[in-house]
Amino acid sequence: MSSFWSIWISVITLGSILGCFLLLRWCLSNKTGVKEGDDMHHEFDGIIEINNQLPRWWTILFYVCIVWALVYLLLFPGLGNFKGLLNWQSSNQNIRSLAESKAAVAALAENGIISEYDREIAQANEQFGPIFDAYYARPITELAKDEEALKVGQRLFAQNCALCHGSDAGGQRGFPSLSDDDWLYGGSPEKITETLLYGRKAMMPGWIDVMGEQGIKEVTAYVLSLSNRPDLDAGLVSAGKDRFGACAACHGMDGKGNQLVGAPNLTDQIWLYGGTEKSVIETLTHGRNGVMPAFKDTLGEKKIHLVASYVYSLSQDK
Amino acid sequence: MSDAIQVHPEYNYKVIRQFAVMTVVWGIIGMAIGVLIAAQLYWPALNFDTPWLTFSRLRPLHTNSVIFAFGGCALFATSLYVVQRTCQVRLFSDKLASFTFWGWQLVIVLAAITLPMGLTSSKEYAELEWPIDILIAIVWMSYVINFFGTMIIRKVSHIYVANWFFGAFMLTVAVLHIANSMAIPVSLTKSYSLYAGAVDAMIQWWYGHNAVGFFLTAGFLGMMYYFVPKQAGRPVFSYRLSVVHFWALISLYIWAGPHHLHYTALPDWTQSLGMAMSIILFVPSWGGMINGIMTLSGAWHKLRTDPVLRFLVVSLSFYGMSTFEGPMMAIKTVNALSHYTDWTIGHVHSGALGWVAMVSIGSIYHLIPILFGKAKMYSIKLINTHFWLATAGVVLYIVAMWASGITQGLMWSAINADGTLTYSFVESLQASKPFYLMRFLGGVLVVAGMLIMAYNVFRTIKGHSLKEPEFQPDAQAA
Repeated sequence: MSSFWSIWISVITLGSILGCFLLLRWCLSNKTGVKEGDDMHHEFDGIIEINNQLPRWWTILFYVCIVWALVYLLLFPGLGNFKGLLNWQSSNQNIRSLAESKAAVAALAENGIISEYDREIAQANEQFGPIFDAYYARPITELAKDEEALKVGQRLFAQNCALCHGSDAGGQRGFPSLSDDDWLYGGSPEKITETLLYGRKAMMPGWIDVMGEQGIKEVTAYVLSLSNRPDLDAGLVSAGKDRFGACAACHGMDGKGNQLVGAPNLTDQIWLYGGTEKSVIETLTHGRNGVMPAFKDTLGEKKIHLVASYVYSLSQDK
Repeated sequence: MSDAIQVHPEYNYKVIRQFAVMTVVWGIIGMAIGVLIAAQLYWPALNFDTPWLTFSRLRPLHTNSVIFAFGGCALFATSLYVVQRTCQVRLFSDKLASFTFWGWQLVIVLAAITLPMGLTSSKEYAELEWPIDILIAIVWMSYVINFFGTMIIRKVSHIYVANWFFGAFMLTVAVLHIANSMAIPVSLTKSYSLYAGAVDAMIQWWYGHNAVGFFLTAGFLGMMYYFVPKQAGRPVFSYRLSVVHFWALISLYIWAGPHHLHYTALPDWTQSLGMAMSIILFVPSWGGMINGIMTLSGAWHKLRTDPVLRFLVVSLSFYGMSTFEGPMMAIKTVNALSHYTDWTIGHVHSGALGWVAMVSIGSIYHLIPILFGKAKMYSIKLINTHFWLATAGVVLYIVAMWASGITQGLMWSAINADGTLTYSFVESLQASKPFYLMRFLGGVLVVAGMLIMAYNVFRTIKGHSLKEPEFQPDAQAA
């Protein structure tokens, strides 16, 4: 902020507090021209006012609060650019990347400024870091059998992942279940870790412009036939089969999907966006965009290791 | 409402009667919607899978109708009454007064239609879209002109303290409403705020906190300064106290908004400043409470026989409690526990139900017989029943939200030995559930009291007078 605004803020702030103080002093002495305890000689619809002195305890409370506020503004940032005597700040502001954040933390440490957020993070890392270091040194397949490790992983999951995938990891429409054996991008420890670290972006294009409404209807019938849906129009199914070549690029000729691009298996009766005829038509018409955010910067690799262990354990026979 | 029963021919009582009756009507509707959404939090199925019955759409309707419909009508009724009585002159313009009344009712009806439709600017307590905002500004100006016009043509030399507060309230609300509602319309029903990011948040809470500070505090202090001494028949305790607490209150309140944005992207200096000013604000707030309560010295015995005075005095106690609680919650360390929890909801309702609603109800009970030319209310006993229902309801509500809020705050920050959070959000929600039932029951009591008030007001206006013995509190079952 420019020094003009800094001065503007400081002058108005201190002026307001000083104004309150002077007002209090002024009202403490009797300048009304009426004897203390008498009425003010004006009457409003039968209401009169007494010229009583301000209660003493209340006056003291006023002084205390004014002094308290001034001391606070001396110690902490408040008066424009003045940083306060404690050199305290809540966090680094105007940060746009992890690299910028790290640089800012280092710069603050050099200048002796206390950033509360950084301090709390450093404390937490010091206190809890060794616990996560120890887990990080062990493979996921082993942690998936360790009750204590799974508890930590489950808590992290409940806080960070349950919002979309559900507290039982059972998923919901648009968000895959993590508790079954069906994996979009692979269920190996390495693949789960990769998904967690870097996120995923799934893109199924819309086909309405290419296939037209009739084409979509046919392909829908064929897709439903892949999971043995009864009562399908045989004509539509066979017409759809001829068009399926366009889909096979990602979903494979047999419709069993491809984990390299996250294309779901269409033959297993597990539907990410719903398996009714209406839902499949909607998917084919408009396409779908699925996003799993990357957690590398927020959770860090060590905590992700535990979340991955927990997620991995869900589909393992115990 | 005919003009034939005008008691004091000099004053315009017609608009006061209109606003006084609508205070009761909107009070019942606004609070009943509150009870419905409180029930939805306990029984989610009560939204009946109907979009316009969902919590998200009814919640702004509840806040708008209790603050601006119920509270607003109470403020219009009392301020326009008080300014006439204490200036000893009829309203500056009857036509403007009529415009204010019908204009404000139109605003309320438009709110009741657009908010359930999902039309919202998404600014808390300022959800109405831009055409309604413009209507509010015009209606408000008619009110300001009428009020100040009446003060200018007054027949007494001084201006009574109640009118200082009413005047400060209406001028500041005009500035707040216009500044915060600045937006760029893209259609008749949609607009985008002129402000962005942290600035938008700051403007919003500068408005939001002063909707509390000026609409719900300064305005109602004006009400208190007339109806408490009037009902108690006692002089105001200290003229000098009213001077110092008036100027300190209005100059400090305007700073306090940032305490709603602690630990956010708001710059540190803004947060600290908001907190420091909130702390000083505690003292002038209590100045108002002291002046009201001390006005009763020498008249405490009247509390035993006058349930209207009870409403007024208990409202002051809730005012004192909320204005202690508020600055405390503005302290960042306390805020770290209380923010985003039900504690905030409890705090708001101890102010809104305990202070604002009770002082309004007391004032309306004082006004109704005078406005309709009756000796007294139809039944004093029913006022007493209302008093106990309201008090029990408010206490039940606040205690439930304190317990729920502190539980949430503690559960959210509890950590395990490995540093992970102990509870997930849904577990804290489960812990709050019994308190949500308790809050709902508190709300039911409050609405029941309002229905009794409506019956009592109706019978009074109809000219009935219950033959009941001199009010004996000891004989009350309540």
